[in-house]
Amino acid sequence: MYDTIIIGAGMSGLAAGIRLAHFDQRVCILERHYTIGGLNSFYRMNGRDYDVGLHAMTNFSRKGTKTGPLPKLLRQLRLRWDDFQLAEQLGSEIRFPGVSLQFGNDAELLRSEIAEHFPDQVDGYDRVVGRLLDYDDLDGDNPDFLRSSREVLAECISEPLLVEMLLCPLMWYGNARQNDMDFGQFCIMFRACYLEGFARPFKGVRLILKNLVRKFRGLGGELKLRSGVSRIHVEDGHATGVVLDDGTELEGRRILSSAGAIETLRLCDDITEAEVAKAGQLSFIESISILDKQPQQLGFDRTILFYNDSERFHWQRPETGLCDVRTGVVCSPNNYAYAPDEGSLPDGIIRITTLADHDRWCALSDKAYRAEKVVQQDAAIESAIRFMPDFRRHVIDADVFTPKTIRRFTWHDNGAVYGAPEKQLDGTTHVDNLYLCGTDQGFVGIVGAIVSGISMANRYCLRPME
Amino acid sequence: MTNDEIREEIIDILEDIAPDEDLGDLDDEKSFRDQLELDSMDFLDIVMELRKRHRVQVPEEDYPQLASMASTVAYLEPKMRDIVKN
Repeated sequence: MYDTIIIGAGMSGLAAGIRLAHFDQRVCILERHYTIGGLNSFYRMNGRDYDVGLHAMTNFSRKGTKTGPLPKLLRQLRLRWDDFQLAEQLGSEIRFPGVSLQFGNDAELLRSEIAEHFPDQVDGYDRVVGRLLDYDDLDGDNPDFLRSSREVLAECISEPLLVEMLLCPLMWYGNARQNDMDFGQFCIMFRACYLEGFARPFKGVRLILKNLVRKFRGLGGELKLRSGVSRIHVEDGHATGVVLDDGTELEGRRILSSAGAIETLRLCDDITEAEVAKAGQLSFIESISILDKQPQQLGFDRTILFYNDSERFHWQRPETGLCDVRTGVVCSPNNYAYAPDEGSLPDGIIRITTLADHDRWCALSDKAYRAEKVVQQDAAIESAIRFMPDFRRHVIDADVFTPKTIRRFTWHDNGAVYGAPEKQLDGTTHVDNLYLCGTDQGFVGIVGAIVSGISMANRYCLRPME
Repeated sequence: MTNDEIREEIIDILEDIAPDEDLGDLDDEKSFRDQLELDSMDFLDIVMELRKRHRVQVPEEDYPQLASMASTVAYLEPKMRDIVKN
């Protein structure tokens, strides 16, 4: 009998597992995939390491900072700042036709860019910053949490182009809702991206994951890979355990699931029909190009570049076709200020993320799927090089991950990267000892996911203390 | 445990919770919150570490007693004086 069974070995499940194992619970994390990480994972192909998910860790704070999500999660997980070995970004940028805004880990840069390009909007920008909810207010009780971000922004900023430009990175990095964004989610992402900023370990997401797993196992936690949960057994509104895909039954006093809200309900054997219509719709492809040069040698020094090719930013599932290349994110993991003893990454890497339609990708035959990966990668790069140097003749290897890949790693319906638009901020379900953590509980991104795992573990699995 | 030993235990717990923190110049009379920016999650951790390490129970209504080092030691003294330091 486990004290807590955790479904999913992503960031949130691992963080929750560490908390519970630290306080002497018998904990088991069950992961369907053959590897850990969920949305933020990694794989190896042709002798090279590839990351899924992580472009950057958001919410950067320098060593010694005591407030904010990163110091908080380090304390809660008993980790040192150095365990993540974070290198800061060189600088990021939002590019729309005719105008660009730079931003970095010093919040003043974005403000000065707005002062230069939209001089009459600086006061409005300051008003937006003044209206941001604190992290402490983000339990969903604040009436502003569910307001429309577009509405709040329009009250402060009169230039629609600036509103679109500010929304673009925040939606890309953490918005499950199409076209608009809950103001609470906007506040989380605004602080995470514009006020705190980006960083990355030299070794990428695998370093973070490996540290989390080592910590969890060191505390006596059990991690079972290739152990998908096929059923949560519920009796009179109370979960008694889970049944794995291979028929193994495990008993638990409580269950914490990062499988997603709808995905988790569907596992419960007292539910006959989950509302699939509420699943998220936004999925991506990511086109990864390996270059024979460092991107900076080709004149590209941006860490993350968010581009959009018209004045209006369209954040929605593609209406026609497999992908919508009008907007995208370019990330170069080379463009971080790594420590001198780390040197530079062995290859130049350009990752381009593009909006994609899960159902159309899944409907393709194997042959068509392989062919479309190449076609769509070409289209994504062709769109991106309108906003960056053309790097195509330097490509020596490439891979694409698609909504099918994301589904395989996350098991989210529709390969929905940020899960369902309606978040369950309190983490409860119709079953009295079954709780949600991760994407569908509320916070997204790596730091958000870890904070979610920690807070749900604290709230429901550690107290009341038995 | 003597009061000095209780203080040492609390320092040990704080080092565990905040490994990057320099606790050498901690002022016993000033609140943890102001010196270390501890929040409610951290206070819960102090309580849970006490329970894990020494089986000392601190009911929720007593959390305010843990505001500073001096008040924490004074509060824990009757609960921990019979514990043998190992």
